[in-house]
Amino acid sequence: MIVAEWKPIAELVQMLRGHKKVLLAGCATCVAECASGGEREVETLAPLLRMAMQVDGNPIQIRTKTLERQCEWEFVEELAEIVPEVDAIISIACGIGIQALAERFPDLPVYPGVNTTSLAIREEPGLWAVRCAACGDCVLGDTYGLCPIARCAKSLMNGPCGGTRSDGKCEVDEDVDCVWNLIVERARARGKMQELTEFRKAKDWSNSGHGGPKRILREELRP
Amino acid sequence: MTKGVGTNLEQVLAAGTFAVTAEVGPPRGGDPEAIRRKASFLRGVADAYNVTDNQTAVVRMSSIAGAKILLDEGLEPVMQMTVRDRNRIALQSDLLGAWALGIRNCLCISGDHQKAGAGGKLKGHPGAKNVYDVDSIQLLAVLRDLREQGVQESGDAVDEPVPLFIGAAWTPLAPPEDFRALRLAKKVDAGADFIQTQAVYDVPGFAAAVESAREMELTERTAILAGIIVPRSAGMLRYMNANVPGVNVPDDLIQRMKSAKDPRAEGIAVTVELIEAVRALPGIRGVHLQAIEAEQLLPEVVERAGLLPRPGNK
Repeated sequence: MIVAEWKPIAELVQMLRGHKKVLLAGCATCVAECASGGEREVETLAPLLRMAMQVDGNPIQIRTKTLERQCEWEFVEELAEIVPEVDAIISIACGIGIQALAERFPDLPVYPGVNTTSLAIREEPGLWAVRCAACGDCVLGDTYGLCPIARCAKSLMNGPCGGTRSDGKCEVDEDVDCVWNLIVERARARGKMQELTEFRKAKDWSNSGHGGPKRILREELRP
Repeated sequence: MTKGVGTNLEQVLAAGTFAVTAEVGPPRGGDPEAIRRKASFLRGVADAYNVTDNQTAVVRMSSIAGAKILLDEGLEPVMQMTVRDRNRIALQSDLLGAWALGIRNCLCISGDHQKAGAGGKLKGHPGAKNVYDVDSIQLLAVLRDLREQGVQESGDAVDEPVPLFIGAAWTPLAPPEDFRALRLAKKVDAGADFIQTQAVYDVPGFAAAVESAREMELTERTAILAGIIVPRSAGMLRYMNANVPGVNVPDDLIQRMKSAKDPRAEGIAVTVELIEAVRALPGIRGVHLQAIEAEQLLPEVVERAGLLPRPGNK
């Protein structure tokens, strides 16, 4: 899922100064799964924001609405009735949802209530960890289903750097596994460690953001 | 291995002489005198001198500039190059530039993550965007192809080949230990002429790792220089043991430094013993000495290890 995390309330207060009526918009998909932008979080954040704005001396009214998917135009349309009644929107969907609102409602300021950080999985209750970097050149077939681009601090392609701690964690974060240590473990378990000695040449990053803003055109789906 | 690049380090190794390299950390400033001062007391102590590339991700004078200053002082540099901060375009451009300046040895490493710079008293730049376009092994292949094919990573030709003597790092005692020799083989296959290892304190552990490399005939295809960091206090050893992956410091060594009346002298004595111990290992062709921010200790170390005079510095 796409993972986002709340911005500090103080940052939101700064954004909202001068506004009187705002719409706080959530999304019931990824950001609901990662407990940052779903209905529950919208309804939790709204009173916190009201209180913080009050304390700041800039009281505001907050309307709330959580869309099924903030990145799909048909759902975004559900906001069309509310938008004329507010003077700003704050969205706690991912960056895609926030931009969809900004595009559909160009006359209003649309503020991000979250930072979108990663493509991650829920490892345990209350713990998410990155799995994908959307690099556009997937190597999971060579690395036993463990991504060295997203999960290695240096995105190494040819095995672990010297920074694997004695307990198999990454030197950059004592709570994060060295993914190359995991890859080697899986290869070892399958008796295929020798395969990891094959040289992986420099990656082609051009099918990701490095190739310029990405567009995906599927002629067969075009009207 | 010998491709006839013609560097002093290459010739010393080719002659079968036990090689000595030493690390020269560039200053956190732009004063060339800082490098020249180190050059003045390190001259004649080693066969080549590594100039680090923003080690621990702390901004310092660039390794290209530091290497050029050493060169002007008559010391042969090993320019360290990390893949943390530059993409393949910048790396190759800097390699051409370094070659134009007369730099002929290059050590390819992945580099400390930018988070490492935020330790201790410094803020560092933990918010920096890293690059890691290529990894250290891919960089080795870039150098090999610039030298042997005269082509860039993309396959485009350069005007003429860029013959550099190519180095890589090896941390044999970090997990997964059974993969470390295989990864060393990847580095040798990708073009590493010489290897400088992570600091050795655990000699039996290191010896076993070198033996597995020797069984794979890697020690015939590349020259392994054992890394040795001059210990200066028990606290420093304890810190490295706890915080630097792949550096295992035996307890008795920490105790020995702790009870030493003169830690400076004891550190030098320990270093000399470590040099003798790794020198006795089949397949070890030299030492890479580091005395972090205390390079003035190195002349005494090398002298007492019986490694003077260096060839060509009689």
